[in-house]
Amino acid sequence: MEPLREILQQVVGYIYPNEVELHWGLLIVVYPYLTGLVAGAFILASLVRVFNVKEVEPTYRLSLLTALAYLIVAPLPLLAHLGRPERAFEIFLTPNLNSAMAMFGFVYAWYLMVVLLLEIWFDYRKDLVLWSQGEKGVRRWVHWLLTLGATELSPRALRFDQSASRLITIIGIPSAFLLHGYVGFIFGSVKANPWWSSVLMPIVFLFSAIVSGIALVLLLYLLSTLLRSKPVDMICLDKLATFLFYALVVDFSLEMLDFIHRLYEAEESIHILSQLVSSRLFLSLVVLQALLGTVLPLLLLGIVSPALRSRGVIALPDELRRLLYVGSAVLIQIGIFSTRWNVVIGGQLFSKSLRGLTVYKMQLMGLEGLFMSGFLLMLPLLLLLLLIAVLPPWPESPHASQEKTA
Amino acid sequence: MDERSKPVAPPAEEICAERRAFVRTCSLAAPLLLLGLRAAAVRAFAGADAPYDPKEHYYGMGVDIAKCIGCGRCVEACKTENDVLREPFYFRTWVERYVITPAGETVVDSPQGGIAGFSGTTSEKGILRTFFVPKLCNQCANPPCVQVCPVGATFLTEDGVVLVDRDYCIGCRYCIQACPYGARYLDPRTHTADKCTFCYHRVVKGLLPACVEVCPTGARVFGDLKQRSSPLNRFTRFNKVQVLKAHMNTEPKVYYSNLDGEVR
Amino acid sequence: MPQQLKRLVVLFAILAAGLLAARHFLRPATFGERGHYRSAAVTTVAAQPIHYAGRESCAACHTEIVATHRGARHQTVSCEVCHGPAAAHTESPTENRLPAPRERGYCPLCHGYDPSRPTGFPQIDPVAHNPLKACITCHKPHQPEPPHVPQECSACHGEIARMKAFSHHALLDCTRCHATPVRHKVTPRVVRPDKPRTREFCGGCHASDARGPKEIPRVDMETHGGRYLCWQCHYPHYPEGK
Repeated sequence: MEPLREILQQVVGYIYPNEVELHWGLLIVVYPYLTGLVAGAFILASLVRVFNVKEVEPTYRLSLLTALAYLIVAPLPLLAHLGRPERAFEIFLTPNLNSAMAMFGFVYAWYLMVVLLLEIWFDYRKDLVLWSQGEKGVRRWVHWLLTLGATELSPRALRFDQSASRLITIIGIPSAFLLHGYVGFIFGSVKANPWWSSVLMPIVFLFSAIVSGIALVLLLYLLSTLLRSKPVDMICLDKLATFLFYALVVDFSLEMLDFIHRLYEAEESIHILSQLVSSRLFLSLVVLQALLGTVLPLLLLGIVSPALRSRGVIALPDELRRLLYVGSAVLIQIGIFSTRWNVVIGGQLFSKSLRGLTVYKMQLMGLEGLFMSGFLLMLPLLLLLLLIAVLPPWPESPHASQEKTA
Repeated sequence: MDERSKPVAPPAEEICAERRAFVRTCSLAAPLLLLGLRAAAVRAFAGADAPYDPKEHYYGMGVDIAKCIGCGRCVEACKTENDVLREPFYFRTWVERYVITPAGETVVDSPQGGIAGFSGTTSEKGILRTFFVPKLCNQCANPPCVQVCPVGATFLTEDGVVLVDRDYCIGCRYCIQACPYGARYLDPRTHTADKCTFCYHRVVKGLLPACVEVCPTGARVFGDLKQRSSPLNRFTRFNKVQVLKAHMNTEPKVYYSNLDGEVR
Repeated sequence: MPQQLKRLVVLFAILAAGLLAARHFLRPATFGERGHYRSAAVTTVAAQPIHYAGRESCAACHTEIVATHRGARHQTVSCEVCHGPAAAHTESPTENRLPAPRERGYCPLCHGYDPSRPTGFPQIDPVAHNPLKACITCHKPHQPEPPHVPQECSACHGEIARMKAFSHHALLDCTRCHATPVRHKVTPRVVRPDKPRTREFCGGCHASDARGPKEIPRVDMETHGGRYLCWQCHYPHYPEGK
């Protein structure tokens, strides 16, 4: 009760009495961030399989494993947030088909079972069979189990693997859109909240997901390559940066469109929302999301990556270029996390009476606390380590890093 | 003793003897008939023989802003009747005070939901208009909260009341986000969503919701929209009524009379 | 069928069967009977305990008080507003006696003056109105009609009187402009005072050719204010106030 009493002291203007308690906190910020990374990493993987972008082939399996690691952790913040988590299974028993949230269980199950796990299985099957034949001990049994007993390696079987994988990826692209788009719809369809209610919400969510996913895989690829003391495939990295730039352009355009549209139409909510942005959300929206998270990476990537000019607008040596890619990717992660924060928390910082603002009191401990969310953000990386150990994703790169001087 | 109860002097002819007998029978039968009907009505309310049939009722509420004095008795009674936590963060109903200054600013407040009334209204900038507005769940006919509940834990009954299934709610709080009126909250004891139920447990027994029962000025009017002779029907006949946030198309069933345009 | 597909079909079939079985056993019994919800929930809500008995139940025992109360000024005020929830009292009256507020601080909850309260609702200044006496000294709660009819208009219309006292119209009696039948003091909302209905009324003092002290502001009644009655623009209780 004490945090609520403190919040009451800091209310500006008028809020409905029941609005003192902010209902969706940090955990609900973490969830779309995690599923966004899933969708983004998968879209990146699909670039290889469906659009035949050979340059980013080295990241293919890493993207899939990243998507899987984040997907496994994704339901945890939701479960932790529920008032009655022991009743969570009810979503499967009696889903209300009118509710976007009810679709979560099914979209998630579909994506996990039919898309991601199958995709990984078909791609790894041949290796799993070969590994289980050549290894000893626990690893042998784990890999054999994972083959599900389908150990045929005839050319026909391998061709089937290839076409199945391709088909699943094709199905997987709209599925990935659905997995993260529905989260955008959960917010975008709430007519009661003018900050959330927007046709653009699912699209903005999706493109910011793609941006964050590509940026994450870029970071993970670079980190894992350096940790394994292997040469960095700069062509792959450059291609990733290029796609990141394109995705960022679309994302930025969508956000600007939303912003301009709101200001132009100037509906009744514009007064309280302007107050919201200029007071409560200034740091997280203007500074972190817009300037540091979008504009700065756009400039960096635009100038340095081959997106606009084949050797970059300013040609830089590989190491420097890598550093700037890393910097941009990190800024993007911060920016996209801020985006989620601004949507989720921002939408609850103003009253539905349109007459007041409240505050969000973040706790340190407890399920809704900072430490729990920090743990949930780290957990997928730990899981990824495990997945990498069981299913090593490293093909040796076809393009060794070449020193490119300006 | 007035004129009506004095018996009419019967005519002297024999035919009138039959009429007398007839009148006597009727005057005996009529009260018995009425008693029988009344007994049936009482039974219907008490639910002893005829169980309550939700399909025969459709509840709504009327609020006359011109009568509300902001005493807060309704807020107090609601919390007592429904065992709502006393802390000022959980309200099934509350009262807001609006002060509109001559410069056109609107100041709204609701100290502890209005449960202890309001301290005398003062405004340094002067007062153009000022009034109280009781708020509660609007028991919408097109409820956005029911639409978004993922498991069917909140629902619209056949008699027009939106209820929460406390034993089924998973506490996801989506309904609280979806309500445009701020009528819902999460009960920290059960970790499930909660809100005004029109005192459903009273209404099915023929009683009034607690807030209507204790309103000293009759600003709150409760009624059955399916009954022609109901206080609410007369209320909507005599008053020009508005609903809150009509543009959201939630089809609220709380009808406000004398509602000011500044009310959100 | 390729070997992979065979294995997958078996796996998915087992999973699907398991899920369907779980769903069959776990789905609540009364779900879906009347809509997408558990019908048992309606019963649970309807079975909640009742605390307020409702004013109809008081008449069974307290017939005299109820009869008095029914014809008096507090007739819209339910018994339980002042006496609190009475359901327990109807169950066992002597064990669950109800409180009766007698202190002076109680009545101003409704009757203390507040500008947000509707005009015409009986309000007093809790500090100035017969100070230190309990309200019930003069006003019986079940028949609160004041012991005698108020002498001055300001007894009920205090705020207007206070405002007028500082205005240019301070020395005008209320009855100068408002024709007030005597019964207004007895049944104020049924018998109401009048408002001036013509421009000429105000013109009696304010027309250019009206007789009277020259300090009274004069206007040309032909042109000033066109079609409107004077009080449709000017507030008569504080005519040129800020």
